[in-house]
Order: sequence, then structure tokens, then C-alpha cells
Amino acid sequence: MKFIRWLSGFIFLAGLIIIIFAFLKVSAPSKLMLFLLFCFLLSLFRVLKGPTAADRSVATDIFGILVIGFCAILAVYTGKDWYMDIAIAWGLQSFIGVLALAKFLEGRHFDE
Amino acid sequence: MNDIIALIFIVVGIAFDLFGSIGLVRMPDVYNRLQASTKCVTLGTCGILFGVFVKFGFSAAGVKALLCILFLLLTAPVSAHALARGAHKSGVKLWEKSVCDKYSDKETS
Repeated sequence: MKFIRWLSGFIFLAGLIIIIFAFLKVSAPSKLMLFLLFCFLLSLFRVLKGPTAADRSVATDIFGILVIGFCAILAVYTGKDWYMDIAIAWGLQSFIGVLALAKFLEGRHFDE
Repeated sequence: MNDIIALIFIVVGIAFDLFGSIGLVRMPDVYNRLQASTKCVTLGTCGILFGVFVKFGFSAAGVKALLCILFLLLTAPVSAHALARGAHKSGVKLWEKSVCDKYSDKETS
């Protein structure tokens, strides 16, 4: 049963990579962005399914870090500088939000 | 030549991001998920940002990318540690095959 689960996941990932690289008629930067969008989908799946509140907080943290990378790729392939500003601002906001979530998980108030 | 080096860094970074996200879905426990995903995704995003720096050089966007790398390396371990501590204090159980829990041992003694 465990082996069947492992094999189905492997076949799904390999098929996704083959489909994106071989059969999709888009440009090369769009293929890279499709991989990052797949990462977003995985982390949103954990936000949706996670059994406890800590799982959802972890997935939110990972989502915030992934958005920085996505903004950086957009800055390369559109040639606009201000995407890096968005990346830095998003990183700051995500860090402060995750610290507040961790305080909330500990069961304390925010001003201690 | 610069474009090719930047593309190599960006592809390696995206591969690390993908593996970290798979670890986030696949691992059985909060702490395992945190361990697998945070380190991998931090290193992958740093690779992407270093590719941006190689592409742009010492212009405004490249220096911002370097600053973002520094900031990310400083803050991602701090937030991961705070989340692990908060999860342990809120009473999330470990996976049943975990072998030791030194944090709760330290608290009881």
C-alpha cells in the first residue's frame, strides 16, 4: 500500500515534468514560472488540509518565501526594477506576520 | 555568458523550491515538515536571488537582490525556530516513530 502511494506520486511528478518540458508550447521563462506555481499549489494544499494550526502557519511561512522568488523571476524576465522592491517589502511583512502567528500559537498575548 | 550563469542559478533554485514543497506535503509531522521545507526553500530562493544579481550586475535591482539574500538568511531561521517553539508549547504531538524529545525533557527537569 505504501509502495503504491509512493509510485503514484512519482509517476505524477515525472509526468508533470515531462508534460511541461516536452509538450507545452510556451516560452522557457513561462515553464520556470509554471514550476513555481506548482510549488504554490503544494503549499496551499497544506494550508487547506493541515490537521493543526501549526501546519497552516508553516505553510504560510513557506508561501511567503516562495513569493519572494517569484517576484525575482518576474524582475528578470520583464526587465522592470520595482519587482525587487515588492520582494523586499513582502519578505518583511511575511516575517512579522509569522512571528505574530508563533506568539499566538504559544498562547500568549502580542504585547509580552 | 552572464545570462547562461544566471539561468543555471535560477533553475537550481527552482529545483530546490520544488523539493522543499514536496517535503512540505509528504512528511508526517509538523516538525518534520518544518525541517524539510524551511531549509530547502530558503536555499532555493537565495539561489534565485543570486541569479538575479548575476543577471543585473551592480545596478539598483542587483544590489536589492543581494540585500534580500542577506535579509532572508537572517530571518528565515528565526521564524522557523519561533514556529517550532510555538507548536511545541501549544501541545502538538510528535510523530509516533520519533525517538527523542529533548525539549520537553528540559522543561520537566
